[in-house]
Amino acid sequence: MWEYTDKVQQHFLNPQNVGEVENASGAGEVGSLSCGDALKLTFKADSNDIIVEAKFKTFGCASAIASSSVLTEMMIGISVDTASKITNEDIADALGGLPKEKMHCSVMGREALEAAIADYRGLKLPMAEGEIVCECFGVTDLEIIRAVNESNLRSVEEITNFTKAGGGCGKCEDALREILRKAVGKKAEIVSLDPLPKRMTALQKIKKIEEVLEREVRPGLKKDGGDIELIDVDGDFVTVSLRGACISCKKSQTTIKEYVEKKLRELVLDSLIVEEEN
Amino acid sequence: MAKVIDGIVYMDNNATTMVAPEVVDAMLPYLRDLYGNPSSMHTFGGLIGQDVLEARVKIANLIGATPEEIIFTSCGTESDSTAILSALRTFPEKRHIVTTRVEHPAVKSLCENLETLTGHKYRVTRLKVDAEGMIDLAEYEDALREDTAVVSVMWANNETGNIYPIKKMAAMARERGILFHTDAVQAVGKIPFDLKTLDIDFLSFSGHKLHGPKGIGGLYIKRGTRFVPFLTGGHQEHGRRGGTENVASIIGLGKACELAAERMDEENIRIKYLRDKLEEGLLSAVPKSRLNGHKTDRLPNTSNISFEYVEGEAILLHMNQHKICASSGSACTSGSLEPSHVLRAMGVPFTAAHGSIRFSLSSYNCEEEIDYIIEKMPPIIELLREMSPFWKGN
Repeated sequence: MWEYTDKVQQHFLNPQNVGEVENASGAGEVGSLSCGDALKLTFKADSNDIIVEAKFKTFGCASAIASSSVLTEMMIGISVDTASKITNEDIADALGGLPKEKMHCSVMGREALEAAIADYRGLKLPMAEGEIVCECFGVTDLEIIRAVNESNLRSVEEITNFTKAGGGCGKCEDALREILRKAVGKKAEIVSLDPLPKRMTALQKIKKIEEVLEREVRPGLKKDGGDIELIDVDGDFVTVSLRGACISCKKSQTTIKEYVEKKLRELVLDSLIVEEEN
Repeated sequence: MAKVIDGIVYMDNNATTMVAPEVVDAMLPYLRDLYGNPSSMHTFGGLIGQDVLEARVKIANLIGATPEEIIFTSCGTESDSTAILSALRTFPEKRHIVTTRVEHPAVKSLCENLETLTGHKYRVTRLKVDAEGMIDLAEYEDALREDTAVVSVMWANNETGNIYPIKKMAAMARERGILFHTDAVQAVGKIPFDLKTLDIDFLSFSGHKLHGPKGIGGLYIKRGTRFVPFLTGGHQEHGRRGGTENVASIIGLGKACELAAERMDEENIRIKYLRDKLEEGLLSAVPKSRLNGHKTDRLPNTSNISFEYVEGEAILLHMNQHKICASSGSACTSGSLEPSHVLRAMGVPFTAAHGSIRFSLSSYNCEEEIDYIIEKMPPIIELLREMSPFWKGN
């Protein structure tokens, strides 16, 4: 059971400003179903840049819903400029604190806010330009560096609590430690609270791909008289060969990209690229 | 200190069960006046040894074993470790273990540690499960090798309630001279057992899953199966498990097994009826909901339902407002960031895995409670779906 403050419970049970603002001035969407939480934030600003309306839609746990709800309350009545200075710590503080494992919920709020404001100003999102470090949850190095600096993070476990990076297969752990080392500097002591690394070896990756093909993909193809065979896995490149009725099918490329690749990305690694053998 | 909450609707019996009042009554004398050590020479202690034996008989009767085949442990996890490690020590030259992808962490983590902490001296084959969570026996047969020391497959899954074809699997292992262990923590007390007719070498069970106390477990070791103790020390349990007996809990476990035997028919008729009513009620009242697990080969008390596009922890906390207790396989409830390994192994899509709720009943549940849950759940799901950016209406 999580230790939630009264404020979190209050916002969770009676969330404020649920919904979508019609003809929104800015809209920001972060997270995904596979990640386990997602937030769509919309707001309307008047001619003086003051936020007059803000609404949210959230898929997630109690702290995700409470973070979204309190964020909309914080935004309404202030200027877009002031709102852009709201940090994830501000969101957590407004809730009287969050359990450390749930801090990523407040980060999600801040990210949605940033995305919505960038949309309002017609700007590109600076964070999205970084390089993806955690493939499971699509977290970039820039996002991680920012969380490390803003929230004074000192361990890979803390990075996971705040950004979710490293919370899936765990193979980016070394990369996270390196980012942490660079961001914190050599002087600072890096706390090592991390459990044994759970890497996905090339072999594990191949096994998992095979398993997903067998369970998720093959039955569907066989129904139409087709089949699929795994030819090679080289890094993120997965080579497959379609068999049976699929060979002559005009839609085979669509099958590969829309069906096979989507499944493998969802269930194995979201960076995989599936190609047909020539 | 925690407090008693009146009027709870408890549907989380695969997590733990209420200690039966008869069990508490049976235990109390051993927590008060009868504090002697059963190993003592004097009558005061020695007679307690008799009571421990009686408890052992009741347990053996429930599972169709003899009292000498039962040892007491501290919990199901200890029983699992004891059995698997004993099997590995029995065959030091064999380095292969067969298990499944849906085991309880007690077995799952042990197998992971056996791989990593020994520098992969041991190799583990984890059997796949299909979309309904069932094992392919052909794959199992292929996995059994000359090098296989032990098979460990749960009797029934804690999350879905799925029952595995243990009788057949044990026989297949026996034919090849492989030891067979089953974690039956969720099954003992819920369905009938007759171990003397089966080729099972080790079977783990636990007190608190069948209305006994926490902190007591047991391991069945088939007569004639070689055994190497896990906890060594005194000569308790005929040298098979050191440590002074947890007398009060052993007595309690004995009583709980006696009650379970008496209630077995009820469990399989009335509880199953209530479970089915709950399941059908929820699946028909809530659109985009689905059953996780096998429709029929399943414990009579367990139902695991996914409500798509909403998240499990949020559902549980709303249920908590109505004093309904259940569990979820969602990532957020465990503190991990990924949903349950059981649902993932079954290939339950993410849309549904995060929103899974497990209801697990016991003989202390009644029909009014089922009606109450069927009334309270749909509005909770609707409320959360209206808030969900993925929900596009029915």
